[in-house]
Amino acid sequence: MSKSLNSLTIAEARDGLRKGEFTASELTGACLTAIDGADALGAFVHKTPDIAREQATAADARLAKGDAPDLCGIPLGIKDLFCTKGVPGQAASNILAGFLPEYESTVTSKLFGAGAVMLGKLNMDEFAMGSSNESSCYGPAVNPWRSDDRELTPGGSSGGSASAVAADLCLGATGTDTGGSIRQPAAFTGIVGLKPTYGRVSRWGIVAYASSLDQAGPMAKTVRDTAIFLQAMAGHDAKDSTSADIPVPDFEAALTGDIRGKKIGIPREYRADGMPAEIAALWAKGADMLRDAGAEIVDISLPHTQYALPAYYVIAPAEASSNLARYDGVRYGHRAKLSQGDGITEMYEKTRAEGFGAEVKRRIMIGTYVLSAGFYDAYYNRARKVRALIKRDFDQVFAGGVDAILTPTTPSAAFGLGEMASADPVQMYLNDVFTVTVNLAGLPGISVPVGLDSQGLPLGLQLIGRPWEEAALLNHAYVLEKAAGFVAKPGKWW
Amino acid sequence: MLDLTYTAPKPKVIQGAKDDWELVIGMEIHAQVSSNAKLFSGASTAVGAEPNSNVSFVDAAMPGMLPVINEFCVEQAVRTGLGLKAAINLRSAFDRKNYFYPDLPQGYQISQLYHPIVGEGEVIVEMGPGVARHVRIERIHLEQDAGKSIHDMDPTQSFVDFNRTGVALMEIVSRPDIRGPEEAAAYVVKLRQILRYLGTCDGNMQNGNLRADVNVSVCRPGQYEKYQATGDFSHLGTRCEIKNMNSMRFIQAAIDYEARRQIAIVEDGGSVTQETRLYDPDKNETRSMRSKEEAHDYRYFPDPDLLPLEIEQAWVDDIAARMPELPDAKKARFMGDFGLTDYDANVLTAELEAASFFEAVALGRDGKQAANWVINELFGRLNKEGLAIGESPVSAGQLGGILDLMQKGEISGKMAKDLFEILWTEGGDPAEVAAAKGMKQVTDMGAIEAAVDAIIAANPDQVEKAKANPKLAGWFVGQVIKASGGKANPAAVNDLVAKKLGM
Repeated sequence: MSKSLNSLTIAEARDGLRKGEFTASELTGACLTAIDGADALGAFVHKTPDIAREQATAADARLAKGDAPDLCGIPLGIKDLFCTKGVPGQAASNILAGFLPEYESTVTSKLFGAGAVMLGKLNMDEFAMGSSNESSCYGPAVNPWRSDDRELTPGGSSGGSASAVAADLCLGATGTDTGGSIRQPAAFTGIVGLKPTYGRVSRWGIVAYASSLDQAGPMAKTVRDTAIFLQAMAGHDAKDSTSADIPVPDFEAALTGDIRGKKIGIPREYRADGMPAEIAALWAKGADMLRDAGAEIVDISLPHTQYALPAYYVIAPAEASSNLARYDGVRYGHRAKLSQGDGITEMYEKTRAEGFGAEVKRRIMIGTYVLSAGFYDAYYNRARKVRALIKRDFDQVFAGGVDAILTPTTPSAAFGLGEMASADPVQMYLNDVFTVTVNLAGLPGISVPVGLDSQGLPLGLQLIGRPWEEAALLNHAYVLEKAAGFVAKPGKWW
Repeated sequence: MLDLTYTAPKPKVIQGAKDDWELVIGMEIHAQVSSNAKLFSGASTAVGAEPNSNVSFVDAAMPGMLPVINEFCVEQAVRTGLGLKAAINLRSAFDRKNYFYPDLPQGYQISQLYHPIVGEGEVIVEMGPGVARHVRIERIHLEQDAGKSIHDMDPTQSFVDFNRTGVALMEIVSRPDIRGPEEAAAYVVKLRQILRYLGTCDGNMQNGNLRADVNVSVCRPGQYEKYQATGDFSHLGTRCEIKNMNSMRFIQAAIDYEARRQIAIVEDGGSVTQETRLYDPDKNETRSMRSKEEAHDYRYFPDPDLLPLEIEQAWVDDIAARMPELPDAKKARFMGDFGLTDYDANVLTAELEAASFFEAVALGRDGKQAANWVINELFGRLNKEGLAIGESPVSAGQLGGILDLMQKGEISGKMAKDLFEILWTEGGDPAEVAAAKGMKQVTDMGAIEAAVDAIIAANPDQVEKAKANPKLAGWFVGQVIKASGGKANPAAVNDLVAKKLGM
């Protein structure tokens, strides 16, 4: 075998493990070695080699018995937003310093139940708020792709997950996506990332950012891996009231590569002013690929698209301002040192001032403002109405027979770390312009690497599917992936 | 069935220094839902547990935890709504009420501001026979209780107990239809009675399982009627809310104080400030807690962790079909079926257990007699001993047995009381105990006649007097019964004495 074990895909590893070509312990060992050599990427913020080896041994036993689900023995990275029992988890925030969850999130519990191996916790933007992984209390994760020796962002908020998968530190990683946090980093790092339909994957045990938008999903090297990975994550959970009691189909079996007669919509409103020519060209190329595969390309309109970003940046902070109220220094996490005479108000103020970073504070303040008396109707309620209109836009397009929608994932390739430091925060928010609509409408969306830009950096296209039709969406993505033939890997510099 | 109709009571009038004033009162009752588990978690609601022992990860607001509605609490709210003849909203929703306090781990209370589960209903509050206030219910919503902060355990630190955190409450909001302190207390009593009949709240006020926020304002006579005709609150005075009252007595005292305070302000040319106040029972006064300006901005918004609560009419119908008989209906039935007085019917229906006890005694017997015995003998004795009806040493069956012996003429009323006493202390079957103790009233007419003849023969003077004044015949009856050792049947003796004296 010419490939090193850690650079295998999940599907390759699954098959190799089942054939006995190598063991889960060997595979895990290869990943642990790769991780130890990749501290410069800042992807893993908490390594769990002991757990990994133990789980790999157990996986080998299951494999030997022939009782091995697809993910048995597959080493994964877990975004720091997922609570994993007995392993520190702090959502990349100082306010959760020292927090040790006594429970296992539904997603990780399903993954480990299927025999997956946990390599450690992955870097992210603080509380999943950000598009560059620079708001992390651990410092930024770094993109394994570089141009001109410039250090680039892997995107955010699931930047550590994207970086780790792209650099072959793990075979797949969990991500979460509230406004694009799986798809944008996937696009920036040349991997596949899928945000499932809202309600497809349980949110229980995942630190909440914006509850009505948050959705966990897989980040992997190929569409097939993404399908296998999603299979293990998805399903109804009685502990999450927003989780849907809908059967989970066989996602991998849906990858037929046949999309003949399918209708792919190209939304004209996504042709944003100032879209770089490279992005526009990639988009057109993607449409051609799908047409060549037998799909019909149709021009569609999603008229309320321009209001999506403002609506998102009202709704998400509103929910966040409430969701993050529990970090008050009373029960767990950071509590500020108090001065003589300080009361409960000082405890709150000092604890939260010290514990939260600038971007989190900004969103808490925005969210508090838009929910406050006198502004609620003008901001929050109006944003909810816009959200309903955006959802209706999609409903109408799908009702018109469109099977999937093709857009760019991001307005640009990965940018340099620190480049946005002095920019208006809105410049950073613009990263989400093509992805937030999907969260607002609760739809499934997937980013597939399709090409490189002139600087040799990966670019992705996004496919948006009908609700609950991840299987069909994955098949469209599979066709796009095959046609694009994206095989480039970042040169190892770390 | 007897239909009870009422006239409205007169509103309470308070004479100020210058004018007459009326009171306008609305109440928000927080009733803890009777349920083994909390509203959004599986943790126990049992009282008296070690601090922080009934706390789930959800209650403690650990990161990533999510609420899941307890269906039984929803059922209890629906049952309560039906009990208050209220509209049940098949679609309701939960909202977050945001504020910071250590006993509120989430940093928000999950409540129902915009779409409550229960809509408009009514409570009939009796203020005397045939007189009652119809208090309209505006809404009932479900919400979480907070925990308990403890400030007196340590000089520099506060502690918090989350056992109560997340326990389900029903907030029952009335319209401002209550017109005096007595009505306010009677409203709480009636609501508590209904909730206890329904089994949806135990009504334990000492434990804080039923507490009231009381909104009080004052107005000049005639203004309230204008409000009622138009629904325009500007006809009424500015209201103050007295928080967290858990005693009927304090509710009355606080309202009275607060009304007089407001009257004094207005008569002095001032104006009442809308604010939240607390009642201090030691000083019998209300004190400002926070003004409208200082009021929290709770930033209510729909809880994104919970989908709108949708229930089906068939489910509501099923709950309705299993509704117990409620106090008003039971009272009407007791009056109609058993011929009870309004007063006796009220006393016997005040508590469901007492009503059931009475009914078991009265079934197939003389209802009025059963009521007399339950109220006078049984309740009297229970009160004396400080016992609840459920702790009564004499069962309904035993009491019924006593009444049967009386009815058959086997024992006299006096004997029945003695028998009751014996059963209370020693227990046993009434008929067997009566037989064993030789309690048997003589109905052998021959023996009674002989005794009557003997007494008449021995007291010729009394015979003459009695003939002149028939009322004195009772003296002979008494003598005969005494001579029989109390066993002669008084009715039989009575008849014979009258006959022998030629009356």
